Amino acid sequence: MQAQDIAALLNEPACSHNTQSKSGCARPKPGATAGGCSFDGAQIALLPIADVAHIVHGPIACAGSSWESRGTRSTGPTLYKIGMTTDMTEQDIIMGRGEKRLFHAIKQAVDSYAPAAVFVYNTCVPALIGDDIAAVCKTAAEKCGVPVVPVDCAGFYGTKNLGNRIAGEAMFKHVVGTAKPPPVHPDAQRPGITVHDVNLIGEYNIAGEFWNVLPLFDELGLRILCTLSGDARFRDVQTMHCAQASMVVCAKALLNVARRLENDYRIPYFEGSFYGVTDTSQAFRDFARLLKDPSLTARVEAMIVREEAIIHAALGPWRERLKGHRVLLYTGGVKSWSIVSALQDLGLEVVATGTNKSTEEDKARIREIMGDKTRMITDGSPKALLGAVKEYQADILIAGGRNMYTAMKARLPFLDINQEREFGYEGYGGMLELARQLALTLKSPVWQAVRRPAPWVGASAPVLASGSL
Amino acid sequence: MAEIIKRSKALSVNPLKASQPVGSALAFLGINRAIPMLHGSQGCTAFGKVYFVRHFREPIPLQTTAMDQVSTVMSADENVILGLATIAEKSQPALIGVSTTGLSETQGTDIRRLVKEFYTLHPEFAHIPVIPVNTPDYTGCLESGYALTVQAILETLLPAVDNRGKRLNGYGNDATSDNETVVSDPLSPSLSRQRARGSKSLHLLQVKQVNVLAGSFLTPGDLEHIKELIEAFGLHPLVLPDIGDSLDGHLTETESSPLTLGGTLVTEIASMGQSVATLVLGHSLSEAADLLKARTGVPDYRFDCLMGLDAVDSFVLALSEISGQPVPAKIERQRAQLQDAMVDSHFMLGFARVAVAADPDLLYGFSQLLTQMGCQVVAAVAPARAAVLQQVEAVGVHIGDLEDLEIAAKKHEAELIISNSHAKQTADRLGVPLLRAGFPQHDLLGGYQRLWVGYKGTRQTLFELANLMVQGHHEAEPYLSIYRTGEANHASSAFSQVH
Repeated sequence: MQAQDIAALLNEPACSHNTQSKSGCARPKPGATAGGCSFDGAQIALLPIADVAHIVHGPIACAGSSWESRGTRSTGPTLYKIGMTTDMTEQDIIMGRGEKRLFHAIKQAVDSYAPAAVFVYNTCVPALIGDDIAAVCKTAAEKCGVPVVPVDCAGFYGTKNLGNRIAGEAMFKHVVGTAKPPPVHPDAQRPGITVHDVNLIGEYNIAGEFWNVLPLFDELGLRILCTLSGDARFRDVQTMHCAQASMVVCAKALLNVARRLENDYRIPYFEGSFYGVTDTSQAFRDFARLLKDPSLTARVEAMIVREEAIIHAALGPWRERLKGHRVLLYTGGVKSWSIVSALQDLGLEVVATGTNKSTEEDKARIREIMGDKTRMITDGSPKALLGAVKEYQADILIAGGRNMYTAMKARLPFLDINQEREFGYEGYGGMLELARQLALTLKSPVWQAVRRPAPWVGASAPVLASGSL
Repeated sequence: MAEIIKRSKALSVNPLKASQPVGSALAFLGINRAIPMLHGSQGCTAFGKVYFVRHFREPIPLQTTAMDQVSTVMSADENVILGLATIAEKSQPALIGVSTTGLSETQGTDIRRLVKEFYTLHPEFAHIPVIPVNTPDYTGCLESGYALTVQAILETLLPAVDNRGKRLNGYGNDATSDNETVVSDPLSPSLSRQRARGSKSLHLLQVKQVNVLAGSFLTPGDLEHIKELIEAFGLHPLVLPDIGDSLDGHLTETESSPLTLGGTLVTEIASMGQSVATLVLGHSLSEAADLLKARTGVPDYRFDCLMGLDAVDSFVLALSEISGQPVPAKIERQRAQLQDAMVDSHFMLGFARVAVAADPDLLYGFSQLLTQMGCQVVAAVAPARAAVLQQVEAVGVHIGDLEDLEIAAKKHEAELIISNSHAKQTADRLGVPLLRAGFPQHDLLGGYQRLWVGYKGTRQTLFELANLMVQGHHEAEPYLSIYRTGEANHASSAFSQVH
């Protein structure tokens, strides 16, 4: 990939990072850097497309320790769970046989697994030796009769976030706009309901959580042409340009796709979230607003009244148990304010939140929701996080899986909020699961037991034993 | 002699292989207060870190030189120096490992020169050993990356000739300015460690030290048991690297650390020349063992596997020889327990058709154990070549992936699979049970610390194998005689089928 193409992707006009002082795009510092690379970001964004053969072109390190780690679910095909890599050898690199191997690898994947399409992820070594993966993909597509999409996402191009954008760009360039959606099936038509086609961008169906929300879309007459990319099929992505509205779910990652759909196809979009009662309702209201269908608006409002009544009744006992507990929130990709509102819905007090990846706009919104007394944390090192937990007397750390063992080693309750988690929290129903998981760790008897010194040791207790549990 | 079947396809499907840099990091994680840094793009480290976090369920110290587009095209030398200086300053580690990756090797990095330059530019860090090692991921696998790293650690930290009592040649550019010396008391480093850990110290003055070069196939649980066995003979084990002490999963008073908590003490490594013997565990460490022997002259005993009666017998016999002590009654009892388990489980395991996919040493170990129990290894897959594969007790060994395993297992009607967690999909598709072994085990709590070796570990493994075989056992299809009366409906249907 050319340097100017990378610069163009980094300069995402729709991203408010660009107009404000940057916080998340600094050059990584050797010896003090955490987080994934562009390949990581691109693979995470596209891997959930279930009927595609995802081939990682490079030596083993890229696929070898990363395949089968995506916690995303499919209703049908499971091809995306099959790990595929060209596993380049020293000979391939020295003799320049990488392109040849890639070509045969694509052919092998098509012959053995009959995929709807093949995605080829470029990685550092072939990018450095100059393998022309675009040309190989083009030739292979002609020979095999299957779309073959190059995703040029070598790790050294930059961060995970850049990788997300590269993935979005590849979809927009090679896939979106290449097919029409089928007509709505007559059996799915209901009198008085006009079906509207919509896209969800950046929804990954982690642990199947989107299935908490999908029935409501059906009820309202919203047909999802494509979720990019949870439980998606290659064909869904091809038809995204035919939607009437898009929602960018919970992340800036694939914002470029939404923006380009708006520019090129005049599809309006909004940014929203399905975490928390308030935000879930808001997401449906935003769809109604963009689609300008009064009957839809009426159905949305009726649905919200009904669903909120049900969930508030169900959450009552949980709120009693969770009330007053203090939370330190340190999220990665998920918008902090979105989780904050979900936690407040449950009666928890968020005493501090990480804003490392938040935009100025996000921060303003956090202030609006949480008031001025909220502390914003930018240093996410284990030491800093634990220091903040103590300083603000938090009862629980809510963060990404990477910080899980930071909390465990400090004998501190923890909730995983990132993409590797095994529980779904989206939608009205997801709030129940969230409440259950919070109570499970906050109220666990193990904390008392592990903070207590052995009976034969003097009075000195482990450092965090002064917690308020 | 097993036939080695080379990789013949372009695409690797469901990879079995983990990379050399990942194996290299693992070896460094067995050193106390250490931190490995991979010389590559930041993803190399992020993936390696998550890989081990999910396996061990522990925080994993691992850093990166964070090569970006500019440094990849122009030069990444500065990244290495800057990375080392940042870590040295921030965390004051006892050791830093620098492992190369496919990216930096393709670029053509000279990692040894860069470490020398680091010491020139930063004499203030001359006391911190930095171990450079070449571990590109386009060759080898986790096991070979680990072995190369053990060798590099010895190369850097051991005196070039046996000069006990004299000054070490330092890891820094200027050996003489290095203020670390080997104390003339040959036992003192290990003793001080024992004292530090509150063990009885007087008695230890007579204790002989034994080096253990521990292969990557050993779990923290295995290492704990191996140390117990050695101590049972009144010997003191010095394990390199010792993930049994750093990655065994224990809560400490220290809430967070950017470095490893536990593992081989760096100061102990220099004292390996004073040991009475070296136990080499795993064929993959042969070259590291050759180096250790050449540098120290300490006689070594090599074991390619520690599972199964024969292998453990020779290990225990060696300990008895080294210590001059008879085998303790406790160990004899464990041996008798294993024999009993062998007798009990042979009904389930005889003729059992087993498919194994693992790194070479582990694959070899299982093939030995299984064959000795009357099983047949009907499919054997290793991710990369190794000398020991020729000794694997199977018709052929594929250099390949889990797709190769699946095809061979299906063809030969395997009844059981032994491999890592990735093979769960394979086992499900074949409808046979899976015994998880090797890296990674992300869907099994405690898999990282399971005991496999010794009489004790072998016995437990046999029980588990036998139980899995019973679970997967298919009952005979009932046949109802046409002459059977009393169950009219069934009888008539059987009758009509016959005609």
